[in-house]
Amino acid sequence: MSHAPTADTGESLFARLTSPRVLRSILPAFSLVVILLAIFYLQPRAMSPIGLKLLFNLSVPIALATIAQMFVLCVNDLDLSIGAYVGFVVAVGATMLDGGIAALPALEGMLPDPVPWILTTPISGVIVLAAGIGVYALLGALIYIRDLPSIVVTLGMSFVWAGLAVLVLPTPGGSAPAFVRAVMTLSTPVVPFAIVALVIIAIVVHFGLMRTAYGAVIRGAGGNPRSVARAGWSLLKIKMVSFALAGFFGMLAGLALLGLTTAGDANIAVRYTLLSIAGAILGGSEFVGGRVSPIGAVIGAATLTLANSFLTFLKLNPDFQIGAQGAILIIILALRVLINRAEARR
Amino acid sequence: MSSIRQIFEKPWIWAFVAAIGVWIATITFTQGQGAGGVLTAAFSFATFSVIVALGQMMVITLGPGNVDLSIPATMTLAGTVATKVMATQDSMIIFGLLVALGVGLGVGLVNYGLIRLLRIPPIIATLSSSFLFQSAAIWYNRGLRIKPPPLLADFATSTVWGVPVLAIFIIVLSVAIHIALHRTVYGRSVTAIGQNMRAASLAGINVNRVRFLTYILCAVFAALNGFFFSAFSGGAALNMGQTYLLNSIAVVVIGGTSVAGGFANVPGLWGAALFLFLVEAMLNTYGLGAGIRLLLTGLIIVGVITAAGGQKTAR
Amino acid sequence: MSGTPENIVRLDGVEKHFGAVRALDGVDLAVNAGECVGLVGHNGAGKSTLMNVLSGTTAPGAGVISLRGVDVTRGYSVATATTAGIRCVFQELSLCPNLTVAENARIMHSALSGFGWRRRAGALIIDQLDRIFPGHGIAAGDNVGDLSIARRQMVEIARAFSVTDTAAALVILDEPTSSLDAHVAAQLLAFVRDFVAAGGSCILISHLLGEIIDTADRIIVMRDGKVVAERAGSGFTRDSLVAAMGSVAKDDAAGRAAFASKRESGAPRVRAKPKAQTDGRDLVAHPGEIVGLAGLDGHGQKAMLLAIMGEGETGQGDVTVTGPLALVAGDRQNDGIFPLWSIARNTGIRSLRALRTGFLIDRKKEDALAEEWRERIGIRTPDVHNNILSLSGGNQQKALFARALASDAETVLMDDPMRGVDVGTKQEVYGMIREEAKGGRTFIWYTTEMDELDHCDHVYVFRDGRIVADLPRSELTEEKVLHSSFEEAKS
Repeated sequence: MSHAPTADTGESLFARLTSPRVLRSILPAFSLVVILLAIFYLQPRAMSPIGLKLLFNLSVPIALATIAQMFVLCVNDLDLSIGAYVGFVVAVGATMLDGGIAALPALEGMLPDPVPWILTTPISGVIVLAAGIGVYALLGALIYIRDLPSIVVTLGMSFVWAGLAVLVLPTPGGSAPAFVRAVMTLSTPVVPFAIVALVIIAIVVHFGLMRTAYGAVIRGAGGNPRSVARAGWSLLKIKMVSFALAGFFGMLAGLALLGLTTAGDANIAVRYTLLSIAGAILGGSEFVGGRVSPIGAVIGAATLTLANSFLTFLKLNPDFQIGAQGAILIIILALRVLINRAEARR
Repeated sequence: MSSIRQIFEKPWIWAFVAAIGVWIATITFTQGQGAGGVLTAAFSFATFSVIVALGQMMVITLGPGNVDLSIPATMTLAGTVATKVMATQDSMIIFGLLVALGVGLGVGLVNYGLIRLLRIPPIIATLSSSFLFQSAAIWYNRGLRIKPPPLLADFATSTVWGVPVLAIFIIVLSVAIHIALHRTVYGRSVTAIGQNMRAASLAGINVNRVRFLTYILCAVFAALNGFFFSAFSGGAALNMGQTYLLNSIAVVVIGGTSVAGGFANVPGLWGAALFLFLVEAMLNTYGLGAGIRLLLTGLIIVGVITAAGGQKTAR
Repeated sequence: MSGTPENIVRLDGVEKHFGAVRALDGVDLAVNAGECVGLVGHNGAGKSTLMNVLSGTTAPGAGVISLRGVDVTRGYSVATATTAGIRCVFQELSLCPNLTVAENARIMHSALSGFGWRRRAGALIIDQLDRIFPGHGIAAGDNVGDLSIARRQMVEIARAFSVTDTAAALVILDEPTSSLDAHVAAQLLAFVRDFVAAGGSCILISHLLGEIIDTADRIIVMRDGKVVAERAGSGFTRDSLVAAMGSVAKDDAAGRAAFASKRESGAPRVRAKPKAQTDGRDLVAHPGEIVGLAGLDGHGQKAMLLAIMGEGETGQGDVTVTGPLALVAGDRQNDGIFPLWSIARNTGIRSLRALRTGFLIDRKKEDALAEEWRERIGIRTPDVHNNILSLSGGNQQKALFARALASDAETVLMDDPMRGVDVGTKQEVYGMIREEAKGGRTFIWYTTEMDELDHCDHVYVFRDGRIVADLPRSELTEEKVLHSSFEEAKS
C-alpha cells in the first residue's frame, strides 16, 4: 500500500525543478520578466536609468500596500479598507505631518495669531498616524474576539477612513513633509532608487516574516490555528500583531505615495485595495492557509505597475488598464489552477 | 400587547425605526419644510439601492465568503449598452431592457464560471471580472453619455401621490423575492446552503446549481438597476455604479440579513436603504460635509456587524 | 490516593459523561517511569476520551489526576500537561502544512527563538528523526504540505519526542503506525523500547495487536469506559486480547438461526466497491435488507457512505445505485442540522418537492409531515415550530431520522447515528428501522456499536479502507468482527 519513504529520496534535479511547488514560486518572477522584456521591446529607451526610474517609481507605494494586504491574508482575513486607509495617511501626511494641527484646511482663519508651537508641531501628525496603526490592531482583536467576517468589517472601515481623510483634507492640496519628499527623490548610483527600495522592502519583510521565530508562529496561525493555540500561543495577540503590521506598512505606502506626488489628495489611493489584493495573489499568496510570500508580493506589485506602463506603450486607451489588470489576474489564477491540477495528478 | 411585542421582535423593525427617527430629526431642523419632498427623494434613491441589494442579499445568504463585487461594473455595462442600443428611441425600450438583462445573464455566467472553474473565492472572482466589465463598458461607448428614450426617462422619474412609480414596481419585486425566499425550493435551498453547505448537499440539494442561479440572479438585478438608473439620471455614466458596491453590502447588513449566511430579510432592505439615504439627507440639511457622512456610515456598519455578532465558520 | 513519585501520571476513579454516555466510568490508571503501557479497546471503549483527559484538552467530571505523586486535578490544562512533559501524537495531524519541518518544531518549542533558531530547530528535529527513523529522507527545510502522509506522521512523532527545555516524560501515541509501512513502523517500535529503557514512558494505542503485545510492558483493555483487564504484555495472546475486549458472551444463537436471506430474488439496490479494495469483494444491498458496516472507527466506512451518496471525490471506487437515497447523519453538527431552522423545516428539507402545492411550498403540508413524524418517531417537543436546537441530542437525531424516513428514499444510509444517544431512544429507533425494512426499504448502517450489528442481515467489516470480512447474519459473532477489525501484524 505505502512504499518505503526512503525510496524517493533520489529525485532527479529536473524533477525537482519542474515540481509544482517550484513552478508556483517561479511564476511571479517569470511574469515580471516577460512584461519587462515586452516593454523594452516596445520602448528601448526604457532601458536607461531614467526610464527604469519612471517605470518603477509608482510601484514602491503599491508594493508597500501589497505587503500590508499580505499580512492580513496571512491570518486568513482580507482587508478591503487598505486603499481608503492609504488615502487617509496621505491626507494626514500632507497636512498635520507637515505643519501640525494648524495645517488643517478646516481650521483656516480660526487660528490665533501668533500660532502657538503646539499647533504647528508635526508631532500631532505622528500621533494620528500611530493611532491609525492602533486602530488596525484593535480591528484584528475585534475580528478575532467576535469572530466577525473581515470583509464586512473592513468594508465599513473603508467608509471610516475615507470620511476621516475628507475631513482632514477636503480638497486636494497640502504638501508633503520635506523628509518624505527627500526620501522618495533620493538618487542612487547605477540602479534607480525605486528598485533599491523595492529590494530593501522585499528583503526586510522576508526576513521579518519568513526568517524570524515569531514570523513562523504568525504564518503557522494561518496554516493550522488550532495546533498553534494548543502549543500555547495566543491567537488574539497574533491577529493583533499582523493587523498592526498591515497598518504600519499601509502607513508607509501612504507616505511613499505622498513623497511621489508631493501634494495630498484624499481619494488618491482608492484603487489600492484592488491593486494590493491582486498584487499579493499574483505574488503567490493564497487566501487561506497562511501561504504568503513577501518577495512575491513585491514582485506582484511591480508586475501590476509595469503592466500599466506596458499598456501605455502599446498606445492602448488608459481606460483599458483596469480591464487588463483583471485579465492578468484571471490568467495568473488560471495558470495556478493548472499547476495545482498537475500536482494533484502526481 | 403581544402583537406589538411580536413586531418589535422582527429584526427588520430597527432599520425602519432608525429611518423614521432620522427623518423626524431632519424635518425638525427644517421646521417641517420639504418633509414630503425628502421622503419622495428617499424612496427614489432607496429603490435603486434595493434592486441591487436584493441580489447581494441572496448571494450573502449563501454563506461566508460569498459576495458579489462586480455589481457596479455590471450596472455600468448594462446601462451603457442599453442606452446605446435604444438610441433615444421610445420604440426600442423593451429591446433595451432585454439587452440589459442579457448583459446581466452574461455577467453571472462569467462570474460563476470563474468561481467554479478556477476554484477561487467569489470575492476575487467577482473582483477580477468587474475589471473586465468596466473596461468593456468604456470600450463600448468611449465614455459618451447618451440620453435615455424620453418615455423611459419619464417613467423612471414619475411619481404617483409622491410615491415614485418605479418604487412601486420594486416593492412588488421585493414581495416576489420574499415569497421566493420562504416558499420555493430555490429559496429554501439558498438558506440551507448558507447555514451548512455540507448538510445541504447531503440532504439532496444540488448546491452548485443553486449557487449558480444565485450569482445569475444577482448580476441580472444589477443590470436591471443599471438600466433604470441610467434612465433616471439622464444617461449611463461610467462611474454610476461606484457607490453601489459598498451601499449594496451595507444595506444587506443593516437590514438584518446574517453575514454568516442562512438568514435573509427582505423588508429590512427597505428600512436600511431609506435609513442610509435619510442619514445623508439629514447631514446635508445640517450642513455637514461628505466626511462626516462617510465616517458615520462606516461606524454604523461596523457597529451593526459587531452587535449582530459572529459567524459559525471562518471567513 | 495520589500515587508515588514513580508514577509519572496516575488517574484515580476518573469519570467523564457526555449527556447520557459514560465515556469514562471510573478509570484507574498509573504509568510509571521506564514503562510502555499498551491500550486497546473497541469503538467507544473510552480510549480517546482518556487521552484527551491526560493531555488536558478535556476536563474530567470526577476523579483525581496526579503527576509524580502530586494531586493536580484542579486547573489541570494543556499547559500543565506540557510543563510536566506529557506529549501527544493524535491521529489527526497537528502540523502546520504551510511551514517547514524546522518551523513546525519551533511552534512547539518556545525556547527555539533568537539568533540562529532556524539552525537549532532544524538540527533538533532532524537529529530526532535520525534517531527514530534512520534513513528517513526528510530535510529541515522541507515544507510539511509537500511531504507524504507517512513522512508527516514521522515528523509529528519526532517532534513529540524532541527535547528543549522540558524533557519528554510521557509520550502518548494514538495509532502512530496507521500510515507507516512495516519497516518504518518497526523502527518506531524499536525506538519506543529504547526510550522506555532510558527511563521514559509511553502509552501506545494501536489496532495492531501484535504490535502492542510485542512492545508494551503492560496492556490495559478498556470497554464501556472502564478498565476491564490489565496484565503484563507477555500475559496476553491475540485471542485473549480479543476475548477481553468483547462483551460478556450474549450469544444470539436464536437470531442467527432464524435468519433468512433476502438475496435470493431480484437485483441489488446498491453495489459499491471501496477504492482501496484489491480483491473482488464489494458491498451489496438488496431491497428490504439492513446492511451493517463494522470495524474500527475511521477505517473507510464513512468514505464508503459518502461515495454511495455521490459526495466523494472522483475515483472513490465503483458505485452503482438504483432509486433515491437519503442519509441520516451521525455528525449532527457538521452533516445534519440546519441550526437556524425549526424542527419542521429540518424534517421537511429532504422532501421539499413533495410538499409543494403548485409552485409554492405548502406550510400546511410541511407542518402535517413534521407532526406525523413527531408522533411516529416520538420527537419530544411541544411544538414542531420550535428551533431544532431546543431539542436534546437524541431528539435532534430523531428529527434527522424523520427527515430520511419521510422522504421518497428507497435506500437510507446511516452514518453511526446512535453515537451519544440514550438507550430509550435507541430502542425506539431500532424498532422503526426494522419495521421500515419490512416495508421494503434498504438500510446501509455504519455503526461503531457491536450490539447494533444484531439488527443487520449482512455485515461488512472494514479495515484500512477495505472490506476484510463479509458476514451474513447466520455467521455473525462478535469475535469474528473483532478478529477482522484487529490485524495480526502489518503485511
